[in-house]
Amino acid sequence: MNFLVEQQPAYAYTGGKPFDAAKPSIVFIHGAANDHSVWTFQARYFAHHGFNALAVDLPGHGRTFADAKTTIAAYSDWIVNLLDNGGIVKATMVGHSMGTLIALDAAARYPARVDKLGLLGTSVPMPVADALLDAAKHRPSEAFDMLNLWGHAPQMRIGASSIPGTSLTMSYRRLLERSRPGVLAKDLAACRAFSPGESTLESITAPTLILSGTRDMMTPPKASAAVANAITGARLVSLEMVGHAMMQEAPGRVVDELAAFLKP
Amino acid sequence: MPGPRLPHLETLAIHAGQSPDPTTGARAVPIYQSASFVFPDTETAASLFNLERAGHVYSRISNPTLAVLEERMAALEGAPAAIATASGQAALHLAIATLMGAGSHIVASSALYGGSHNILSYTLPRFGITTTFVDGRNLDAWRAAIRPNTRLLFGETVGNPGLDVLNVPAVAEIAHAAGLPLMVDATLTTPMLSRPIGQGADIVLHSATKFLSGHGVVIGGVLIDGGTFDWRLSNKFPTLTEPYAGFHNMVMAEESSVAAFALRARREGLRDFGATMAPMTAFQILQGLETLHVRMPRHVENARKIVAYLATHKAVAKVIYPELETHPDHALSKQLLPDGAGAVLSFEVNGGRAAGKTFIEKLGLFSHLANIGDAKSLVIHPASTTHFRMDADALKAAGIAEGTIRLSIGLEHADDLIEDLSRALAAAAKVAAT
Repeated sequence: MNFLVEQQPAYAYTGGKPFDAAKPSIVFIHGAANDHSVWTFQARYFAHHGFNALAVDLPGHGRTFADAKTTIAAYSDWIVNLLDNGGIVKATMVGHSMGTLIALDAAARYPARVDKLGLLGTSVPMPVADALLDAAKHRPSEAFDMLNLWGHAPQMRIGASSIPGTSLTMSYRRLLERSRPGVLAKDLAACRAFSPGESTLESITAPTLILSGTRDMMTPPKASAAVANAITGARLVSLEMVGHAMMQEAPGRVVDELAAFLKP
Repeated sequence: MPGPRLPHLETLAIHAGQSPDPTTGARAVPIYQSASFVFPDTETAASLFNLERAGHVYSRISNPTLAVLEERMAALEGAPAAIATASGQAALHLAIATLMGAGSHIVASSALYGGSHNILSYTLPRFGITTTFVDGRNLDAWRAAIRPNTRLLFGETVGNPGLDVLNVPAVAEIAHAAGLPLMVDATLTTPMLSRPIGQGADIVLHSATKFLSGHGVVIGGVLIDGGTFDWRLSNKFPTLTEPYAGFHNMVMAEESSVAAFALRARREGLRDFGATMAPMTAFQILQGLETLHVRMPRHVENARKIVAYLATHKAVAKVIYPELETHPDHALSKQLLPDGAGAVLSFEVNGGRAAGKTFIEKLGLFSHLANIGDAKSLVIHPASTTHFRMDADALKAAGIAEGTIRLSIGLEHADDLIEDLSRALAAAAKVAAT
């Protein structure tokens, strides 16, 4: 469904159920040059299990046609404005990759608006290789290949996918191809530039779950572990044999871990 | 050291979509000959039905053996998703039924397999879907045939039996300019000779009965969603962009940004029409796929030798094969099919129908039957068999003459095939002389 955020239409997938701010809300935040569809299984599950699920298309992505932002803070401001306009006082924020930085930033700067934090494939800081950023700026097809290969566990180049009839690598490649020109470079630059103050992670009080794929090449397990160590009380769960694209590579395990974490 | 990359086609043909069975360690793809799959609990059952979790429920909708074939074909075609069907015809019907309903219109090349011509010409009009056939080489004709209610452009990579090469990039451009998808039947070329999605097509279908399985033992089809077409932007496909009451008002294009077509085809088309592939069939096609990259070059090599032989034979009036300079699509074939134009060819034997009849009956190695894409070499007379429902004008439009004979070149030694042809042509020449 469409919301009005910063005076412009913004799309969020509600998991097959009507928007209902009276229920506990979960905002799912996708990564660079992705869209809401990376969260389909998770959003559908929680929408049908008592939650108000919102898998957003960030500005410049998917069905949200406002210009993409250039900083993580601008994205987290946008998310909070979405909460304001949706009448949501407080929400759980579940991010993936770049989305984890947005969720972290929101939790640090707007602690009253963030109930719990789910960080799937995270790293603070989030280094982006010069070669990748350069390709994203000048040779996007090459950058899509890099993200596709590094974004999945090595065995996923062969399969098998747990989603019947689906090639995960080909699906992800096509999703990246659908991103608007320049958006990937903007997002990657925003990730690289994100530099929270030293006390940012330590200041987070929201209960936090971190999911880390043991075969994640984009945000390696040690990076997720470092974030878990820095956030008081954070719980780190390793997903064996899973890569960065964990919502597609292991949709059921991600649902199970989030469900256990979010159980009232 | 080179950086990471996706595996080559040859590796995908053998491995894509499968990892050794975690329960038994079986290396070959197990045949899951089971109609249904046990739910661990009621909660999981509900989640599977509602697409909150991925998995198998009932083999009409999905099956683990079929899933391997589907993922492998998606990988080979460079596509997000694929659906295995009971036949190539079932794949064609599934595609059309997913995209449109009564009142819709299709523009198709006239150079189509006879079975495809049948459903488009005779059967679908009964359900309110009509087709305009155009000369596939005439790009203006494609453009001119598009109407406000057109929902699909359709052709074959190599049109059987006239061997017309479809200009996929050009026809795709015409389709996309009109906000329409291009669907391509790539049965004659397989992913080893042509990957139409990379050339601009949006949907690909195969009769897996032919070269994909390769041994003439199964009937099957595959429908592939290229994930390239923006259904929302086109705004002509309510089945994909509006709530579907038959599945809790799911909007397919919101649910899946890159495979909405496959999602609807599976969740509605397989569910309601039920033209599902059997697990044993999927297993046999997978066996074929594992050698596709070895077989196709040999098919092409043999076909080229047969073409060279026939092209200079006195009993032969004309040979039709895209790689011949005399073929109207020679240049296009070199451009789009650099690894070969397949292993199906046509020729006209001197002496008309009577000489053709003698030729076919005198063959020994070639089998006279209605199929192509077998390890065994095959022969047929299209005007009296595969295309017998077409009238004279339609036959002419499809590039078929009274004396046209179609060959599907197999994997035997080319010299033995040529010897067989030589004997039969000598007998035909005697008939032609009388």
